[in-house]
Amino acid sequence: MQTAKREPLIHMTKRKELGSLQSWGVRLLAILLAAVVCAVVTGLITGINPLHFYQTMASGSLGTARRRWTMGKEMAVLLCISLALTPAFRMRFWNLGGEGQILIGALATAACMILLGDQLPGPVLILVMILSAVAAGAVWAAIPALCKARWGTNETLFTLMMNYVAIQLCAYYIIVWEVPKGSGKIGIINQSTEAGWLPVIGNRYLLTVLVAAVLTVFMYIYLAYSKHGYEISVVGESEATARYVGIKVGKVILRTLLLSGAICGLTGFLLVSGTDHTLTTTLAGGKGFTAVMVAWLAQFNPLGMVLSSFLLVFMSQGAAEISKIYGLNQSYGDILTGIILFFIIGSEFFIRYQLHFRKSAGKEARADA
Amino acid sequence: MLNFTAFIPRAVAQGMPLLYGSTGETITQKAGNLNLGIPGVMYVGAISGVIGSFLYERSVVASAALNPALAVGIPLLSCLFGSLVMGLIYCFLTVTLRANQNVTGLAMTTFGVGFGNFFGGSLIKLTGADVPSITLSRTSNVFRTVLPFANSTGWFGKVFLSYGFLAYLGILIALIAAHVLKRTRTGLHLRAVGESPATADAAGINITGYKYAATCLGCMIAGLGGLYYVMDYMNGVWSNDAFGDRGWLAIALVIFTIWRPDVGIFASILFGGLYILYLFLPTGENLSVKELYKMLPYIVTIIVLIFTSIRNKRENQPPASLGLAYFREER
Repeated sequence: MQTAKREPLIHMTKRKELGSLQSWGVRLLAILLAAVVCAVVTGLITGINPLHFYQTMASGSLGTARRRWTMGKEMAVLLCISLALTPAFRMRFWNLGGEGQILIGALATAACMILLGDQLPGPVLILVMILSAVAAGAVWAAIPALCKARWGTNETLFTLMMNYVAIQLCAYYIIVWEVPKGSGKIGIINQSTEAGWLPVIGNRYLLTVLVAAVLTVFMYIYLAYSKHGYEISVVGESEATARYVGIKVGKVILRTLLLSGAICGLTGFLLVSGTDHTLTTTLAGGKGFTAVMVAWLAQFNPLGMVLSSFLLVFMSQGAAEISKIYGLNQSYGDILTGIILFFIIGSEFFIRYQLHFRKSAGKEARADA
Repeated sequence: MLNFTAFIPRAVAQGMPLLYGSTGETITQKAGNLNLGIPGVMYVGAISGVIGSFLYERSVVASAALNPALAVGIPLLSCLFGSLVMGLIYCFLTVTLRANQNVTGLAMTTFGVGFGNFFGGSLIKLTGADVPSITLSRTSNVFRTVLPFANSTGWFGKVFLSYGFLAYLGILIALIAAHVLKRTRTGLHLRAVGESPATADAAGINITGYKYAATCLGCMIAGLGGLYYVMDYMNGVWSNDAFGDRGWLAIALVIFTIWRPDVGIFASILFGGLYILYLFLPTGENLSVKELYKMLPYIVTIIVLIFTSIRNKRENQPPASLGLAYFREER
């Protein structure tokens, strides 16, 4: 067996298509493995019993009605952003600028609330706020999109830089509008008049959750059944093919990013007008980046994102409870989230590729027989 | 008017972490890996160094002097080790398992920043201090030792000689990296891997080896930037989230310098200057303008990014296969 010696130990090939049931099985396995690793790591660092650990996490995120609502709101916001990024990602346009697009939408909203708060009647004001937030987010995303469509400018880096421009712009206006002067923050906007606050229906967070639900369904239909969605998929698969069949690639890029930015802007509006009623530079709180992972974990499937956003929010809320009870640092959740992400990212390999181990001579003979 | 003898040393000190980060990221990107985990890596590098020196300072009696070799060596090695582990995680996921580089990088940043803040917070708790920071001034003093004639040579000494050894090391590393990338066979192979891995593979270049080596080396260099920030710039004071968004700025710098570490030396000092320019420019009563000045490095980067793509000169472009995984059987 001279040839067998030179054959590598492990040989990998691309799988054809793994059934969706199997691929979700692989991902679930990865999550379970990650959960075990997280528990072991926690046990080693803090000496907490792993079973108790997950019990605490569950109660921290889902234990009381209040916590369930907080969880729902966090999920809804994350889901909105992920949905916003998804059409761009499907086109292989890496929009890492969610953070900035949210902030600029939030800034536009806050500007309307502060400058027009006492001049327009309630419903008109809210309409103006929505329109300006959506427009601001869309413009913020359209700038990199235009450059990408026109000159092929690298969008990953461009959108990334736009985040910080937006952050500094917000920081600037926060100082311009600070209340009281010198405090460096805006505080609650229109606290006495509640002008520009979204009405509370049922629960404080219900409206946000509803918007997220509607958006999810809309995005699913838009991507799976509309002509636009089809064009996005074609451009994502191959720009050359898209051009060949007569799709105007530049137009699709611009249109998709306008939509992407608009939804981010809307999310910014929801955060300022619906829940926070203030503007801070950390309003988006890194969700623009977390959403990239949420969208990717669900393989850019809007319905799957409900699950993946649940997973990530569960981890962060649960870890917050763990850190509170055991006196750990808040950042502990980030470590656990990181570990879980590493496992899921790694598991994609086993969905797309297949490993073939070198068979020993004896086994081969038996297999032949 | 700007006071240059005060401004330049501060710009340099501010720019050095960026230089380390961008040199590391340039080497990584030249091998075709877009490592968005650099901010996380720099946090891990910094906190690993802090942990190392914390343990060492504790083991030495308060009155005794630190052994300079150990005081520098221990944090340096633990910083390099921490960053190397991060690099290996990234490589294993993106090179061996061919995962999406953007997602892996972002996950690394989440993990790294969390890691830094968690262990930073835990150490702060261990010391039981009233302020939310750890002070390692004894180690920092060793790191900040300057040449003996720095103070006696007036403005010349202030502008050129008043830095700790890590600043000079950063410049040296950038020069070496520029030379290796441009003038040696290793650099040629590395660039080939980043431009067209299939071609490089056909020429018999070990793609996996080059990608691993470049990315891990890049992470270790970037990690040193974190160490410089804590030990030199901050005088050995670690506080959570203090490092801020410098990691992203380092990635911006890579584009700004159009993938050339030697240009990075001046560019990082320029960026460092832009970062602190607001302290030196007259803003009068209006503090808000400060925030607009802080926008400058990012806007400048965006303009460079657009211009290089408009001019479309071949040597100024990002590596052609940046961000793409290579699978030999898929050609």
